[in-house]
Order: sequence, then C-alpha cells, then structure tokens
Amino acid sequence: MKLIKTFIFDNLAKFGRYIMLLGKVFTRPDKWSVFFKRYIDEVYKLGFDSIAIVFTISIFIGAVIAIQTQKNITSPFIPSYTIGMLTRETILLEFSSTIMALILAGKVGSSISSEIGTMRVTEQIDALEIMGVNSANFLILPKITALVTFIPVLVTISMVMGLLGGFFVGEFTDMFPSSKYIYGLQSYFQEFYVWYSIIKSLFFAFVISTVASFYGYTVKGGATEVGKASTDAVVVSSVTILLLDVLLTKILL
Amino acid sequence: MIEAKNIIKSFEGKVILHNISAKFYAGKTNLIIGQSGSGKTVLMKSLVGLLRPDSGEILYDGRDFLKYNSSDIKDLRTEIGMLFQGSALFDSMTVLENVMFPLLMFTKQSYAERKKRAEFCLERVNLKGADKLLPAELSGGMQKRAAIARAIALNPKYLFCDEPNSGIDPKTSLVIDKLIHDITHEYNITTIINTHDMNSVMGIGENIIFLNRGHLSWEGTKEDIFSSTDEAFNEFVFASDIMKEVKDYVNRGR
Repeated sequence: MKLIKTFIFDNLAKFGRYIMLLGKVFTRPDKWSVFFKRYIDEVYKLGFDSIAIVFTISIFIGAVIAIQTQKNITSPFIPSYTIGMLTRETILLEFSSTIMALILAGKVGSSISSEIGTMRVTEQIDALEIMGVNSANFLILPKITALVTFIPVLVTISMVMGLLGGFFVGEFTDMFPSSKYIYGLQSYFQEFYVWYSIIKSLFFAFVISTVASFYGYTVKGGATEVGKASTDAVVVSSVTILLLDVLLTKILL
Repeated sequence: MIEAKNIIKSFEGKVILHNISAKFYAGKTNLIIGQSGSGKTVLMKSLVGLLRPDSGEILYDGRDFLKYNSSDIKDLRTEIGMLFQGSALFDSMTVLENVMFPLLMFTKQSYAERKKRAEFCLERVNLKGADKLLPAELSGGMQKRAAIARAIALNPKYLFCDEPNSGIDPKTSLVIDKLIHDITHEYNITTIINTHDMNSVMGIGENIIFLNRGHLSWEGTKEDIFSSTDEAFNEFVFASDIMKEVKDYVNRGR
C-alpha cells in the first residue's frame, strides 16, 4: 500500500513539474527572429528527417494489410473491393495517426530527450540561463511547434503511401485486381476519417515533443541518466499516446 | 564589486553554507577555494543565481539581485559572463557562432557587427583561425579559451569561472589563468574563480576565501598564505609535498 502511495505521489509530483515546465516553455520568445530560425531547423530535423521512415513503413504496412485482408476473405459473397475499403479504414483510422505516432515517439522522442539531456549534463542549459535566456522556451518551444505543425504532413504522407502499398500488391501480384482495390478505396469513403486522423496526430505530436523535452530537461547525472531519460520518455509518451487514442476516439467518433 | 552577506543555503535540512559573508572586488581575481564538498560550487551557484539561498543578500554593486523581479534579473544577467567547468559550448554551433550567440540574443547589432566583435574576442583569447570549427574539434584548452571569448563577448562586469583548469594540462592551465587575470585587469571585471588548483591560487590569487565544511574559514591574498594560522586552511594548502617544501623555503627566508 505504501509503495502504491509513493508511486502515485511521485508521479503526481512529476506531472506537476511537467506542467510548470510547460509554463516556462509557453512564454514570449526572447527574439522572434531567433525563434523562427530555430523553428525551421527543428522542422528539418524532426519532420523532414522522418519522411523516409514514414514513407518506408507506411508502404510496407499498407501492402501487408491488403495481403492479410485478402487472405482472410474466404467467402465468395464478400466482394474483392472490400480489400481496398478495409485497407483504407485501417490506414486512416489507426495506422497513419496512432501507430505512426508510436514510431515517431521512438525516433523523434528519443532524439529530443537525448539532445536536451546532453545539453543539461554538459551545463549548456545552465550557460543559457546564466546569459539570461529562458532555456525552456529557447530549446523546447521550437521543437513543439515544429512537430505539431509538421505532423499533418507526415500523417498525409503515411496515408498516401499506405494506400499505395496495397495498390502495388494488386498491381504486381494476382491476389486481387488493382481496379477493384481502387474502387474499394472510394467506396463508403468518409472524409472526416482523414480529419480525425490529423486531429489525433496533433495531440500525439504535442505529447511526443513535450514529454521527451521534459525528461531531457530534468535529467540529472551523466550519460547513463541521459540514456535512461530517453527510454523513459519513449515509454511514457507511448503509453500516453495509447490512452489519448482511446479518449479521442470516444470523443471524435 | 559583488558582496555576499550572511548567505545560508541548505538542501533537505542539511546546511551547506553557514552564514557566509564575503566581498569580491572589481579588477581583481577573487578565488573561492576549499576541498571537494566544502560548498564552493553551491556558493558560486548562489552568487550567480542558479541556486536561491535560504537567507542572506547578494549585492552586485549594491543591487540585491535576490529582490529583483525576473525582468531585472534578466537585465543583470547580460552583465554576467560565466566559464563553466566543462566549457559548456553549444555543440551544434561553430566557435564563431558560440561567441556571437550572446550578441545575437541581447544586442541589436547587425551580423557584420556581431562577427567583428566575436572575431575580436577570439583574437583576444588567441583563437584566431578556429572560428569555423565545432567545439568537438577543439582541445580542452581551446574549448576553455573559446568559452572565455563567449563570456566576454558582451563586455561583462562580472565573470564567474567554475574550475577553469579542470581537465587540462598544467602548461595550458597557466595560459588560462593568465588570460583570466589579464582580462580581469584590462576590463576591470569582478572575477570570481572557483578552484582547488594550488597553481592558480599561488599565481592569480589576489583575493582568496577558503571554505571549510560550509564555513568561511580564512580570507586573504596569495601573499598572506604563508603566514596563515588557520589549521584547516594550512592542511588544505600544504597537503602536497611540493607546497610543504615551498613553505619551508619561504619560512627559511624570513
């Protein structure tokens, strides 16, 4: 019982520190020109650099979903365009937002956490503070804004590539005709599912960037602690993404 | 001048600094010395504002910065330069960008003006030609010099140096000490150096305070060292054989 109590209070205290850090982050930047330059740098580092992984994973997962759907349709009464329809629903509803966010939590989250954590243990953050720079705002705000504004691009790329993956299966194998697949993609299409996915991704991007920044910013010690903070950041943001996914699905659908 | 008055600082009930009062003079190299765990770093962090003392006053030329609001503190910080133990250069920026950074953040200078000032500072610390290198490409001594160049970029009135000679060879240490000493006199800076390097103490100790288990146990100049009667201070200063020999030599000459 005492352990549970300690666990709860420790995590409440941690959440309190997280909120206080966000208070420091969401203030007016010291210099807008510097903020904008850093924002562009972060869009490149966190966003553009993630396009390749999003592209690759999405195209293969799209293909796999199409193959598995085709393999599971055994009844002759189910039309083959169902493959396109189901692939589309899976990609739009869950894969391009949630699964992609979990992958980005690993790639981007660990990168943010280790970068800021290393700056902390090598006193670079103290150096900023001594100069009179709001280090939390200077380091973290560009990352949050970059990821939140760029994630819709990544989600859109993921959707397109996922659906293309399924199309290539139809085109280059004899599992199902690609024309039926395209017909399936268009059948019973609900535009809101695209927006639903993008809306969810905005929340996920916020979680990935803020949680990773928090763990990096508050790290104490040396290289081992930076590594641990990086792992903790990925674990906590992944769990938070899953919890948020349930909550947002209940609210939005 | 920086004046600390009755500084008390504790962590989780354990008192680290016991009522410390000390003066650090402009145009002089002021040294805080003491064994590891004596409270040197806590005192320096309190002086510079990275830690908030439980009680006491810290006066920067009469201005009690503990009573300042965040905007005033920000203004005061532009008058402070700091050299960190590990240099703390921003590793994603080149040496030139590191030195230009405070100018970019706190002045309205054009790029050309910032570059000119940064190049002047780099030249002052004998790092001309290293401007395009990244910190990782520099030796320990060069990193310290680049950090000094960054610290003086804004013409600070106050310069804090945390263990400036840690991790560098004795010859380079002398260069760094001389550089800090010269800059202090040249620009009339109030320089506070946290060290346990006896070479620095004997070389540039113009005003020295000695901390022993969080208490200010001795203060004086490098010339006063050999006439000290403070037991803890003597134990610390004359711990090495070479310092014992120097003491004997000095005493024989008296």
